[in-house]
Amino acid sequence: MTESEIAIRVRGVTKTFGEGASAFHALDNVSVDIRKNEFFTLLGPSGCGKTTLLRLIAGFDQPTAGRIELEGQDISHLAPFRRPVNTVFQSYALFPHMTVAQNIGFGLEMQDRPKDEVRETVARMLRLVRMEALADRRTDQISGGQQQRVALARALAPHPKVLLLDEPLSALDYKLRKDMQIELKRLQAETGITFVFVTHDQEEALTMSDRVAVMNQGAILQVGSPREIYDHPVERFVADFIGDTNFIEAELVADESDGAGTARLRLATGHEIATALPEGMRAPRHVTVAVRPEHAAFAAPGEPAALAGRVESIVYFGTDTHYHVELSGGGRFVLRRQNSRDAAEILATGVDVAIRLPRGSVQVLRD
Amino acid sequence: MSERASFDVRKMPGFVAIAIATFLVLYAPIVTLVIYSFNSGMSVAMWEGFSWRWYQAAMQNQQIQDAALRSVIVATFASVFATVLATMAALGTTRVRPFRGQTAIYALINQPLMVPEIVTGVALLIVFATVKQATGYSGLGYLVLAHTAFCIPFAYLPIRARLEGLDRSLETAAADLYATPWRAFRRVTLPLMMPGIVAGAMLAFVISLDDVVITEFVKSAGQDTLPTYMLGQLRRAVTPEINAISTVLLFISVAIVSAFFVVNRKKA
Repeated sequence: MTESEIAIRVRGVTKTFGEGASAFHALDNVSVDIRKNEFFTLLGPSGCGKTTLLRLIAGFDQPTAGRIELEGQDISHLAPFRRPVNTVFQSYALFPHMTVAQNIGFGLEMQDRPKDEVRETVARMLRLVRMEALADRRTDQISGGQQQRVALARALAPHPKVLLLDEPLSALDYKLRKDMQIELKRLQAETGITFVFVTHDQEEALTMSDRVAVMNQGAILQVGSPREIYDHPVERFVADFIGDTNFIEAELVADESDGAGTARLRLATGHEIATALPEGMRAPRHVTVAVRPEHAAFAAPGEPAALAGRVESIVYFGTDTHYHVELSGGGRFVLRRQNSRDAAEILATGVDVAIRLPRGSVQVLRD
Repeated sequence: MSERASFDVRKMPGFVAIAIATFLVLYAPIVTLVIYSFNSGMSVAMWEGFSWRWYQAAMQNQQIQDAALRSVIVATFASVFATVLATMAALGTTRVRPFRGQTAIYALINQPLMVPEIVTGVALLIVFATVKQATGYSGLGYLVLAHTAFCIPFAYLPIRARLEGLDRSLETAAADLYATPWRAFRRVTLPLMMPGIVAGAMLAFVISLDDVVITEFVKSAGQDTLPTYMLGQLRRAVTPEINAISTVLLFISVAIVSAFFVVNRKKA
């Protein structure tokens, strides 16, 4: 990533609230680069620091330590009204004493843009979010979904370098949320503005983002594309927070025949699998590995099995079926299989099964 | 018939009788006063026929005209000053992080609601007497100053209530949209707190217009306001002229207070 491709650069940022014994570290030495024109998501449970980081980028709070750069310029301590960054608030925060059009034009007016330009841009924004018909309504006379679109248009109108979105979809019902997810992707593509999106909804993060940063307890644990984050979680928290995961204890055994960065994994059953290693990790040692339920498969009779157990329960989900297996060595394992009309065999609870872990299905986790 | 689910005071024995008696004691004298303002005779207790004569008499009475004008001048200045000060006080006590002594500040601002008016009146009399002697000034300034002081809490309370109900994220949004702190205040905070300010000003105006006790102590010779003039008249022969003035004052107050409730009920 070259210098000119970076929109926001966060370097060693710490944010502490309070002092002394009651001090709370909302962010602890966080560093991340957000590229221009990308849809970047901060994902984590409530209290992980994602909103704090957003507020620091917007300028509503100032970092206790570290620096934040916008296209190479240090903005760590710049007032919010001097930053070419706009926010879509979780509560929308529309001005109740102004019409839809006045709300959208507010930012441009505060920038002292010429009246004609303000009028033109507001008209364009109204078209962009399909709100032309409601331009002169008061903001309490429109629905939640419409308020959401006005909040978006208001933040986009001054054409900021970065648009910050603080859980903007959380107040909408399921159907509307799905529509807005598509709408947001469209707006991001049409405007070419960098979006920084905060959410605790992993599905939202996976479907919308170019890249995701998974946060917990004031730290960024992993940054990557949705696919990288899902298929190759590097830490237990990431694997657990995103999607469903099986955790298995295993021994890492040195493997001389393979190149650096790979090793042989020995499971409790004695079965061995070749696997890639996280950077810096060396065999031999004890590790935890993560296996996605849909990456495992039932072994055919005679096939080498990694795990063995008995089917405890079967849950039907329409598109797929979840098999909960009680492992013979103790512990449970969930296996997910896509449903098809010509399913060869129908398993029943109480049946003994063998589970196969194909190469690439196991992910060794860092501690 | 099913049993009642919850306590209902209206079902208590004697509730209706008590309610009627209460309203009667409250409003019968006022109704009587209004009725006798239209009496054609000299008495405030013996009805002799309908007439507007006491309203005409009051309107032509130079002393009443002067007192009424003085009342309006004092109430206007006092309510404007009190509202400006109360607005600043409300901003200073709600738009900041909680600070030590905040409760003490609230108590200080609302002091005129708690200190007996007669005490404030005597205190002001003593202080102003000294100032008058030292400066030689004996104009309406003292009355305006005194009225401003006791009107502040009445203006402050509705303004503060309004500010506390105001979503702070709106100011954050204004700052995010390139509004400097001053412009955010002018374009977002002030318009949204306006109903509170108008309500506070109206309440202060009525309170000042009605005041007797403090005015009586503070006014110099020949500075009667309408209420103190009426009090003075009661010591002499009472005619329905007093009823007529009272009725006018009553309707002005009721009109302004009604307007206060309408403005205050307007939602954010």
